[in-house]
Amino acid sequence: MIFTIAARELRSLFLSPLAWSILAVTLFILAYLFLSQIEAYINLQPRLAALDGAPGVADIVVAPLFADAAVVLLLITPLVTMRVLSEERRSRTLSLLLSAPVSMTEIVVGKYLGVLSFFIILLALLALMPLSLLAGTELDLGKLAAGMLGLILVVASFAAIGVYMSSLTEQPTVAAVTTFGLLLLLWIIDWAGNGQMDGANALAYLSMLRHYEPLLKGLFNSTDVAYYLLLIVLFIGFSIRRLDATRLQP
Amino acid sequence: MSTQALVHIEHLTRYYSLTCAVSDVSFDLAKGEVLGFLGPNGAGKTSTMQLITGNLAPNAGQICIAGIDLLDQPRQAKQAIGYLPEQPPVYRELTVDEYLHYCARLNRIPRGNIAVALDTAKDRCGLGDVGRRLIGNLSKGYQQRVGIAQAIIHNPAVVILDEPTVGLDPIQIREIRALICELGRDHGIILSTHILPEVQATCNRVQIIHHGKLVFTDSTAGMEQHLNTNSLLVAFNNPPDIGSLLQVNGVDNAEQLADGRIRIHYSDTDPAEALAEQSVTHHWRLHELAPERRTLEQIFIELTCSDTHPHEDAA
Repeated sequence: MIFTIAARELRSLFLSPLAWSILAVTLFILAYLFLSQIEAYINLQPRLAALDGAPGVADIVVAPLFADAAVVLLLITPLVTMRVLSEERRSRTLSLLLSAPVSMTEIVVGKYLGVLSFFIILLALLALMPLSLLAGTELDLGKLAAGMLGLILVVASFAAIGVYMSSLTEQPTVAAVTTFGLLLLLWIIDWAGNGQMDGANALAYLSMLRHYEPLLKGLFNSTDVAYYLLLIVLFIGFSIRRLDATRLQP
Repeated sequence: MSTQALVHIEHLTRYYSLTCAVSDVSFDLAKGEVLGFLGPNGAGKTSTMQLITGNLAPNAGQICIAGIDLLDQPRQAKQAIGYLPEQPPVYRELTVDEYLHYCARLNRIPRGNIAVALDTAKDRCGLGDVGRRLIGNLSKGYQQRVGIAQAIIHNPAVVILDEPTVGLDPIQIREIRALICELGRDHGIILSTHILPEVQATCNRVQIIHHGKLVFTDSTAGMEQHLNTNSLLVAFNNPPDIGSLLQVNGVDNAEQLADGRIRIHYSDTDPAEALAEQSVTHHWRLHELAPERRTLEQIFIELTCSDTHPHEDAA
């Protein structure tokens, strides 16, 4: 049942020009960033050759590319997730799901997986860029895999937050704005204090960026993975509660 | 509670903050019944239907669908319901076939049976030749039919239709009414509307709801008796005076109406036959003779306007 809902969600995304234009624009920008990183690498190469244990392609091209990709996706995710639940409310199609023999959990998880599969497609296309380097050079696949895992987790958390914000309102644009605000806040929350205050560590811990950076360096830390998984489960849980509350509306 | 009841509702109550939308409503729906739900705007028709279909949670009361409690086992109970809300819940970007296929999957129809279910539903709703068209490009009437097809695709025991004929042309309305009558044979149907002839045409039971309370429940046949008023309307080309009409057997009273007709009141025996005979013998040249009936509108207005105050107090 979950997959039926997910498949329809994904299908509807691709039936609107939005998904296609998002794919096109995002990949164009990421491809441009990728090329500029390659150029930087080529400029550095003479000096790197002289160094012992110099950073490889994975450090100089892939890590910055994925770091930038996360920021681009932070801007893009609200546009994809904004309609997920708010549009159903607005066009009164939600009652189709509510009166069908499916649970709230199935509805929310189905919708979430639909949106997530769109991002997986986007990330798969992005992964092809660094993988194309294999044709001409050596690539640390372990680092690439860690970075990809990090990016998937980051985007999956973005999407979970987006789905929750979309469950709060009937207006897709409101959902987009609030999603963007919350994502940006969680991204930069560690800027405050910079280690001077007692709370700074806690704030740093909350930051999505802080948990992403180790993965980009190829450090797989279960704390970081757990952080993202908790975030996803938390916001999916919130969305289910929220959808259930439409039945109980005062 | 009888085992026959498809829908069993007891003391259903729902508040919107302080306003009471549905107040202590109880009724049963048996198989083969078409129940007409009438009421002015804001009476609580749609709220009641949303409560029965699980779109709203009640503050108090019990809902059983085909013997299964909706609140305890929502999934099993919802499988027995088909619901068409006021606005058909269609995805405009899908084609009719894609949409109905999705609905069939949502209602857990086994994969092998979907094609058959799809064809049956399309056939019943006259959607045979629009299967490949986008729902967004269809007219309102066709979208409404898609909505009905969605509600009956899994052959549910109970079909709940919220104003199913709104926005349809007269021919479509007739078709939909025929469809409702057909469905009514082996399903239980609850239908809300404020078009009163529709109730007379399709329903075999009527409930009028007002300020969230049931104010009138009767079979359509029982309602017919309410409609009879013991009076006749007659018109003559050569009208006699009122006095000679009063001589006719059975006539209690007669009054001249402004449009040239005469209203004749009677109590026990229907004087229609006698009037016709007298007209022939006295050359009154009778050209119209009709039993006068109150319309459902009048009952409706009586019930919903006259007792506004006690109900407001109660609420």
